[in-house]
Amino acid sequence: MDPLRQSPSRSSSRASSPRTLPCEMLGYVGIEAVLDQLKIKAMKMGFEFNIMVVGQSGLGKSTMVNTLFKSKMWKSTMPGLGVPTPQTLQLQSVTHVIEESGVKLKLTVTDTPGFGDQINNDKCWDPILGYINEQYEHYLQEEILITRQRHIPDTRVHCCVYFVPPTGHWLRPLDIEFLQRLCRTVNVVPVIARADSLTIEEREAFRHRIQENLKTHGIEVYPQKCFDEDINDKILNSKIRERIPFAVVGADREHIVNGRCVLGRKTKWGIIEVENMAHCEFPLLRDLLIRSHLQDLKDITHNVHYENYRIFRLNESHVLPRGPGWVNLAPAPASVPAPAGPQANPGPPKVGGWAKDNSDEEC
Amino acid sequence: MHGWNCPHSYFITRTSDYSIKTRNRCVLGGGGGRESVVSACDMKCGITYFKTAGIVLSSLHVLAYLNLPIICKGEGCRTVPLAGHVGFDSLPDQLVNQSISQGFCFNILCVGETGLGKSTLMDTLFNTKFEGEPATHTQPGVQLQSNTYDLQESNVGLKLTIVSTVGFGDQINKEDSYRPIVEFIDAQFEAYLQEELKIRRLLHNYHDSRIHACLYFIAPTGHSLKSLDLVTMKKLDSKVNVIPIIAKSDAISKSELTKFKIKITSELVSNGVQIYQFPMDDEAVAEVNGTMNAHLPFAVIGSTEELKIGNKMVKVRQYPWGTVQVENEAHCDFVKLREMLIRVNMEDLREQTHSRHYELYRRCKLEEMGFKDTDPDSKPFSLQETYEAKRNEFLGELQKKEEEMRQMFVQRVKEKEAELKEAEKELHEKFDRLKKLHQDEKKKLEDKKKSLDDEVNAFKQRKTAAELLQSQGSQAGGSQTLKRDKEKKKTREEKSISDGTCTTPGKHPVVPCALVVCAV
Repeated sequence: MDPLRQSPSRSSSRASSPRTLPCEMLGYVGIEAVLDQLKIKAMKMGFEFNIMVVGQSGLGKSTMVNTLFKSKMWKSTMPGLGVPTPQTLQLQSVTHVIEESGVKLKLTVTDTPGFGDQINNDKCWDPILGYINEQYEHYLQEEILITRQRHIPDTRVHCCVYFVPPTGHWLRPLDIEFLQRLCRTVNVVPVIARADSLTIEEREAFRHRIQENLKTHGIEVYPQKCFDEDINDKILNSKIRERIPFAVVGADREHIVNGRCVLGRKTKWGIIEVENMAHCEFPLLRDLLIRSHLQDLKDITHNVHYENYRIFRLNESHVLPRGPGWVNLAPAPASVPAPAGPQANPGPPKVGGWAKDNSDEEC
Repeated sequence: MHGWNCPHSYFITRTSDYSIKTRNRCVLGGGGGRESVVSACDMKCGITYFKTAGIVLSSLHVLAYLNLPIICKGEGCRTVPLAGHVGFDSLPDQLVNQSISQGFCFNILCVGETGLGKSTLMDTLFNTKFEGEPATHTQPGVQLQSNTYDLQESNVGLKLTIVSTVGFGDQINKEDSYRPIVEFIDAQFEAYLQEELKIRRLLHNYHDSRIHACLYFIAPTGHSLKSLDLVTMKKLDSKVNVIPIIAKSDAISKSELTKFKIKITSELVSNGVQIYQFPMDDEAVAEVNGTMNAHLPFAVIGSTEELKIGNKMVKVRQYPWGTVQVENEAHCDFVKLREMLIRVNMEDLREQTHSRHYELYRRCKLEEMGFKDTDPDSKPFSLQETYEAKRNEFLGELQKKEEEMRQMFVQRVKEKEAELKEAEKELHEKFDRLKKLHQDEKKKLEDKKKSLDDEVNAFKQRKTAAELLQSQGSQAGGSQTLKRDKEKKKTREEKSISDGTCTTPGKHPVVPCALVVCAV
């Protein structure tokens, strides 16, 4: 089957695609003005982006989000005496609208305080998976209405940034479990948090070990290898894949270095500049998430993860959905496990084909 | 108006192609004009009804028809100032890049009588020569011919499909001329709906064949619209974006043209035909579109012949009395048509097709199939549930059929068994009969054998007795008598043997033995 975003003029994925004849245009017609039309329409509509940050407390998640979007999204939590650690995992979402050069972005950040903080962390990923699937469910309900909205509000999680504590050794069992379960449902970008506690050599070694760990356990993080459509993408994404997970440092205070005002962390032995590639890889993360692959993240969420969920849901028709005002015949499962059905089916590599052998054969 | 206690407020602009008349005075205290602030809840809060000028609409319908931005101005979302350059202003470019790699799709339907210059106009619009032959006037019915072409301009690839009616307006009875067209458009919607309802679907790779724009060619009579035109446009206006154009407009003089246009627009309005209006809700193009709307329907000329005028080649039509330049705005409205159709509103045409016409079709189709949506008072059914019910029904039917078949099968087997048993019984009886016969025969023959044995024994006794007597007699004097007796016996034996009859038992031992041997 054809890969995901192949231009329809090259080959047809449907048997009934019409026979097309290439035509030479003898003069300027103005078809490329449609790009401008698209841009205008997009600027008017605005964009949406939903990001989720997962990691143990104290790894600098809120600070990282503030640094990424250069604004006070969250109040950076400092461990205070009066703030109790939550007993169960709670998900907190906050939505902001940010604007830059006429482009409006509605950003939703979901935080997971309490993840991995208990003594027994069994099934701590269940609330997260439940939340993600709940967003898919909302979208699905909107989509199958008879009278539906022109633009369905998109609350699905487009990207999940996973913070790996800088132990310097390997991925912990909790990390592996979590990543395994989540990489099939959502785009996961793992990062090494608080990377200023590792030296450069330690970072490289840690990174290699993590990459090996990921490979051994068959965890496909974003950018996934099987979704590269052409050679340019492959080259670009391989470069990114070499550097995953990024070693990042977050900071929201500014300091003066060499006369410039930079974001950084001030320590007794120096100032760690966040935007300096020699110090940490925060610019790479920012570029990946915002400047180059944001639309791609949304596309993969919509075309692959959401479709997988939809297939799973529509096949499993004996469990009726629970929606507003509907006849409640059977309660929807609180945490839907990662769909086993699509994995077993051979099919196009993007929809439903997450089994390891599939990805090896067809990528 | 209801629904004021909702935290989200949307700006709803009155679009000229939808007949909502929102009240111009704003209750909150703001200006009038084209925008009125009305309150509508989004899906999360529930559905509110609001009444505008006597039309009761649910917010769903409004949201479905109007182009609302995602970013709502209200209490739900806060705007946060940025302390530096983040970089997401490249988002539109990312979106555009993704669209480029996917390619664009545009489908035009040309409806008009034979000979009005549909193919020529397409050639002129896209500056190329599409293959095809002019059609004759002898078609028995209206048919649609569809051709797809791949156009490439700089880095934009366009898959253009041109559908043309063949034989429109050529028949004597034109009552059903519009039907094949409507069916074709519905078929494209249906195909898309089927793809969308599939469980495993490939929507992003799907070649969209829905008609985005319908160019209706009006014959340049100079008087008014023909009734065929009115009927056809009325049937098409709810299914597709109809753009009427006056074809071969070099046949009409300038003064006649203005009158003709006015007549056409008034006829369309009085018959309630909703033609496509260029959108005016975006400031960038609102002005241009506004002026263009006033020029509808466009009077166009198509031509692929070129002539050198001045120092460049222009497309012209040459007459003995002068030369008509296609791209000259003073001569015809071709440039305006090209601007509107391709350069300014292509995306809007596609969006209208998808969000308005297709959604309408989808709604009607699903309601027809028996799915209902949320109602304010009654318990709503879900698509899922109805699917479920239908599926169960279907499975139940299948099971019933299976049962029937099974029963029939069992019945047949029983019958066959009975038959076979009958046959078996007969065979047994036959066998018994034969056995009995055989036994009788055997018995008879054994009796005979027995009697024969008795005779043989008796004969042997008499023979020994006779020999004894003879031996006694011969001692007295007569071996002759013995011989005579022997001879007598011999002759008697021989006689009886030669006769072959067994008159008295015991006298003829040889023959019965032979009989017994044969029977056994």
